[in-house]
Amino acid sequence: MQTGTKYLLLALLASCLLLFFGADRLRRAASFSSPKAEAPGRWPRWADGSLLQSFAGAGELEGDGAAPSPSPKARRAARLGTHQRRRCRMETCFDRSRCEQHGFKVFVYPREAGVPVSDAYLNILASIEESGYRTADAGAACLFVLGIDTLDRDRLSARYVPGVGEKLRASALWNGGRNHLIFTLYSGTWPDYAEELGFDSGQAMLARASARAETFRPGFDVSLPLFPAEHPRKGGEPGCLRQRALPPRKKYLLVFKGKRYLTGIGSGTRNALRRLHDGKDVVSLTSCRHGRGWQRRKDARCDRDHADYEKFDYQELLRNSTFCLIPRGRRLGSFRFLEALQAACVPVVLSDGWELPFSEVLDWGKAAVVASERLLLQVPSAVRRVGPERLLALQQQTQLLWDAYFSSVDKIVRTTLEIIRDRLSPHRSRARFFWNALPGGLLALPDFSTRPGDFPFYYLQQGSSPSDKFTALVRASCAGVPPSPPLLGLLQAVSASRHCAQILVLWSCETPPPRGQWPRSTVPVSVIPGGTEPSDRFFPYAEIRTDAVLSLDEHAGLSTSEVDFAFAAWRSFPERIVGFPARRHFWDAERQRWGCSAERSNELSIVLPAAAFYHRYYHSLFVRSVPAGPRGLLGGGGACEDVLLNLLVAAATKLPPVKVARRREPEQPGDQPPQDCLDRLAAWLGHMPLVPSQLRLDPVLFKDPVSILRKKYRRLETP
Amino acid sequence: MCASAKYNTRGPALIPRMKTKHRIYYITLFSIVLLGLIATGMFQFWPHSIESSSDWTVEKRSVHDVPVVRLPADSPIPERGDLSCRMHTCFDVYRCGFNPKNKIKVYIYSLKKYVDEYGTLVSNTISREYNELLTAISDSDFYTDDVHRACLFVPSIDVLNQNTLRIKETAQALAQLSRWDRGTNHLLFNMLPGGPPDYNTALDVPRDRALLAGGGFSTWTYRQGYDVSIPVYSPLSGEVDLPERGPGPRRFFILSSQMALHPEYRSELEALQAENGESVLILDKCTNLSDGIPAVRKRCHKNQVFDYPQVLQEATFCVVLRGARLGQAVLSDVLQAGCVPVIIADSYILPFSEVLDWKRASVVIPEEKMPEMYSILQSVSQRQIEEMQRQARWFWEAYFRSMKAIALATLQIINDRIYPYAAISYEEWNDPPAVKSSFQCSQSFLDLGAWKKWSSVSNPLFLPLIPPQSQGFTAIVLTYDRVESLFRVITEVSKVPSLSKLLVVWNNQNKNPPEDSLWPKIRVPLKVVRTAENKLSNRFFPYDEIETEAVLAIDDDIIMLTSDELQFGYEVWREFPDRLVGYPGRLHLWDHEMNKWKYESEWTNEVSMVLTGAAFYHKYFNYLYTYKMPGDIKNWVDAHMNCEDIAMNFLVANVTGKSVIKVTPRKKFKCPECTAIDGLSLDQTHMVERSECINKFASVFGTMPLKVVEHRADPVLYKDDFPEKLKSFPNIGSL
Repeated sequence: MQTGTKYLLLALLASCLLLFFGADRLRRAASFSSPKAEAPGRWPRWADGSLLQSFAGAGELEGDGAAPSPSPKARRAARLGTHQRRRCRMETCFDRSRCEQHGFKVFVYPREAGVPVSDAYLNILASIEESGYRTADAGAACLFVLGIDTLDRDRLSARYVPGVGEKLRASALWNGGRNHLIFTLYSGTWPDYAEELGFDSGQAMLARASARAETFRPGFDVSLPLFPAEHPRKGGEPGCLRQRALPPRKKYLLVFKGKRYLTGIGSGTRNALRRLHDGKDVVSLTSCRHGRGWQRRKDARCDRDHADYEKFDYQELLRNSTFCLIPRGRRLGSFRFLEALQAACVPVVLSDGWELPFSEVLDWGKAAVVASERLLLQVPSAVRRVGPERLLALQQQTQLLWDAYFSSVDKIVRTTLEIIRDRLSPHRSRARFFWNALPGGLLALPDFSTRPGDFPFYYLQQGSSPSDKFTALVRASCAGVPPSPPLLGLLQAVSASRHCAQILVLWSCETPPPRGQWPRSTVPVSVIPGGTEPSDRFFPYAEIRTDAVLSLDEHAGLSTSEVDFAFAAWRSFPERIVGFPARRHFWDAERQRWGCSAERSNELSIVLPAAAFYHRYYHSLFVRSVPAGPRGLLGGGGACEDVLLNLLVAAATKLPPVKVARRREPEQPGDQPPQDCLDRLAAWLGHMPLVPSQLRLDPVLFKDPVSILRKKYRRLETP
Repeated sequence: MCASAKYNTRGPALIPRMKTKHRIYYITLFSIVLLGLIATGMFQFWPHSIESSSDWTVEKRSVHDVPVVRLPADSPIPERGDLSCRMHTCFDVYRCGFNPKNKIKVYIYSLKKYVDEYGTLVSNTISREYNELLTAISDSDFYTDDVHRACLFVPSIDVLNQNTLRIKETAQALAQLSRWDRGTNHLLFNMLPGGPPDYNTALDVPRDRALLAGGGFSTWTYRQGYDVSIPVYSPLSGEVDLPERGPGPRRFFILSSQMALHPEYRSELEALQAENGESVLILDKCTNLSDGIPAVRKRCHKNQVFDYPQVLQEATFCVVLRGARLGQAVLSDVLQAGCVPVIIADSYILPFSEVLDWKRASVVIPEEKMPEMYSILQSVSQRQIEEMQRQARWFWEAYFRSMKAIALATLQIINDRIYPYAAISYEEWNDPPAVKSSFQCSQSFLDLGAWKKWSSVSNPLFLPLIPPQSQGFTAIVLTYDRVESLFRVITEVSKVPSLSKLLVVWNNQNKNPPEDSLWPKIRVPLKVVRTAENKLSNRFFPYDEIETEAVLAIDDDIIMLTSDELQFGYEVWREFPDRLVGYPGRLHLWDHEMNKWKYESEWTNEVSMVLTGAAFYHKYFNYLYTYKMPGDIKNWVDAHMNCEDIAMNFLVANVTGKSVIKVTPRKKFKCPECTAIDGLSLDQTHMVERSECINKFASVFGTMPLKVVEHRADPVLYKDDFPEKLKSFPNIGSL
């Protein structure tokens, strides 16, 4: 090649490079300097930007202008008249004053003889009955629930109850629907499925499934999930997530199997669903074979689609898919929403304008993907890009919500009632945080506290830890007025712990012990009369101000080392019961019932509060749960209350209790709960929450071949 | 930017090879090339100077010089806002499209001056705040100057304050915007809605389908999921610097600082004061201030004068009562002062209520219950007050302090509705950043554009699940060339009933693993993975071959663990699947003399780490170790061939906030500190190196995540007086 050519080529190259790097800048510079002032670009920096006036003068912000505003009282009164029906809110359609005197009490209308009521509605009424809010006195009621079955308001349905409106108007309590709560699962009918109920609900609150955002009255209505007639009343099945695989993807990415509507409302989305089917990891199957006369309207695809449809099993798809499409049906909500939630198949909701269940308190963004019906075809690629961390969190959250609010009618009803109750006293209600974190809003009682740090469940999320003091609560029997030697010895040992803030003695004798008879110590000892009832031990005494409670029986016989070590272990597991006497539950297949064994064994699932640490919150939880529950069941003496505490804690935490080391296991196992206690409690709860554990916590150097002097908890080992 | 430097070095290197006679040409030629490139580099290097100079030429215009648009009297007026609008009915999502960054594109109309037929101005051109708001949007990632690609349109017509505009004409101005299309995908910002006498709670300007970011919505005008409720900006936020006040007692329990309270409210407040004395302070306008003092900055009670907003910091609770409007600018001042707002405004939609959990930062009291305010507030515990104060201040810093914060939070909320797959979580919106973190507290993710540390942990395995025993575990043995020892480990581990697969990670690139026939015959599948490089982090790679949740990491020389011990370890892991469950325990200590962390392997009463030479953990942590390890820790470990186990301990503790579980009594390990590479002995240098690792990791994590505990896990009947043959795990600790 000639040098000249090279020269030229190089020069060309240089100019190309120059153009490549510089052109863009040059072009921009040029465009800026052009006289065209309307060039696109950033929002201008105005020369006089700093001289601009504020949007409102200080006086204007403070005083809202000069005009006198109407009196607040007059404004509130005027609002009552105008903001009705579609515009109902708690301020205008609910009489809060009814709830002040007697608290949150629910009155259920007596059922009319001869009028059939569906099982689902009977379950709802039974759940209200057991909620602890039920009152038989209509005068004391804050909230009224109808005895007429209003679940199915589809005029074409066999379960439609006619004549509701007349009956309500005839009722003396109806009062235009004020303070009433009406449960509805289906409203409207073919062809438009509008939200009509077939009667005038007046000022009543509606707890309804398939609620539409446009007509939903925020802060007044409650959006329910659609649940099947056979939904269990209590207990309910656990979620299906058993393991957290990595990557958290299952066999299929996205599935749907269901009806395709050939015409009518909801058919748009359902018709488009089959387009997603790729035969690989996106399975979307539709069938038009449903309803009467489908053959008349069937189109070319029906038969081909149906062949595919038959190839897959719905349950199998549900269990093996990462995401599940939840398109609207005729109505906005569908059964498959709860089914997917239970199956840990992350719901991809395609139901524009659906007010999701309990949306007032639940953060669905953590458990579901709310997509747009209009962007249906983008769904597969969008969900494909969800990363493993978020996916794992979504899957776990579906289980959390399923188990906390949806697995039984009882939970659905109680969630509805608690949401309404929280509205009545906003300053004493649960923040959204409580509803969306374990163990869920139903188990975080706002009467106890509204601060997360006061509960045993949230220390880690809050980055805090429980206080390093405990209150010992000793139940003393009435053996003699001078305190018995074992009791004195126990008090001595416990008060020697530097973590002990105070000792409370539950004293069941009539005469209080003389002051001088308690051991001398720096720890204050106070006597609380009571202790005659076994459940007195779990009363939330105002005197208990530490997070930790050390619950003791007179004969617990602990040493200071044992107490100190158990407390250190409890601080690591503040949501559990951490203690010494352990029991094991088992299923007695022969007698078909739950049994409880006190024998020494390799497993444990109960730690009795005869010598155990637990969080003081459990006293409040116990008292709140028991009046609604097995008051009659608890009788018969023994330690059934102690077992109940274990069940309540296990139901809240889903975790076993912790047993800690002690110097010598006592020969006598102590109080034995009545034979059928566990069985009755499990029946009352609807399930058996206890979880077995195979371990015991010991000090790090426990019984290791190293000098005793190096060990911190020496008294645990000295013979 | 670096282009010029790069080409500079390449140029001269070629020259010596050229023929002498052409040399001059080449020198000239290269000089030209060089000059060109340098010039290019300059352009690259000084982009700002170019832009700012063009700013200077074009953008330094006055707001009064903008084009004038005359609105004929009969120009169309949009329909009134439609109360039933929701995202799926009134918003055109197709405009936003499928976007890999999951960011909506926002276009801002250029500024115009609108006059009516007679040439009278329709409104003030633009306020300082609205200019700040538009500037913030324009500077953000949301902005686009391409009207065709935009998903959201923001008019430059300033409607922040309804009092300053003529309603009909403003509506006409909106309607003639080039992309108005019935207001679809248009976003209006309004802070002071309504006018006398009844003060509507939403902007009265007819706006058809436009979204409204409004301050002062009531539950009747707010279209949930469509509108955005925003704060009423307080200009004092920018003027007054109130440093955050720490916890501790404050002078007043309840304070009311609003000047234009309705007499009815004022008398109720005064009744409260009469009842509860000095702890309640009701302030009012100052009547006789000397000239020159702005009335806004003073409040009076009888003859006492207080500085505003400083006085707010003297109170625990500050009353925010509704005025004629529901939204009050005082809310912003109160939050800034870290005073807990007591909101008394029935039906008010609190700012950003779609994402902010106001119950954590405020007390809401129904208007009717005002007389009970004192007792209600007294039931709030001191600790809760402190948390609320911190939360209130954080809300101000993140979402109230500037028009920028307000604008970006609004756009983010709309963004999250359109890209729900990538929405910001509750925690990211609500949890204040860690006090200990080195980031500026004043920055939320909106400002930062990146994730930051939170004081709280969010455990990725938060659901309490006990994995089914039948799943078993996968043992991973990292080995280099100690074949004999490796085979013994394989034989021993294979005796554990719950072992489901054994994976040997062959880290030696120079030597092939032994032939298939030489490996021990075991009852479970055995797979050998060969690695590309001899790195310690290969041990923690989330291999596809691992099909179980549980992983047992075991060194190729750990032969002293019995089958009972390993099986028991697995059972313990099932009860604590989100923790490291291991055998040899270690401790970190603070060395007061050296003022740094120290590694401890002696017989201690505490543990904070377990060695991964023998430990169970969840496979998810392999994923975290490989892909999410902060800073340069992973490379550092590979380069130093040490401390991978300490790094794993840090990682797990940091993400879960939980301690390790040490199982079973201490054993004499043949070589307790063995790592995969050949026998580093337990000598002084080794300990020093391990200590250094702890210090290094603590600085990268910005905290010491390890938790110290005093317990270990043993079988329930360990060393109990009980027949050995009835124990599930009799063979423990015997050596």
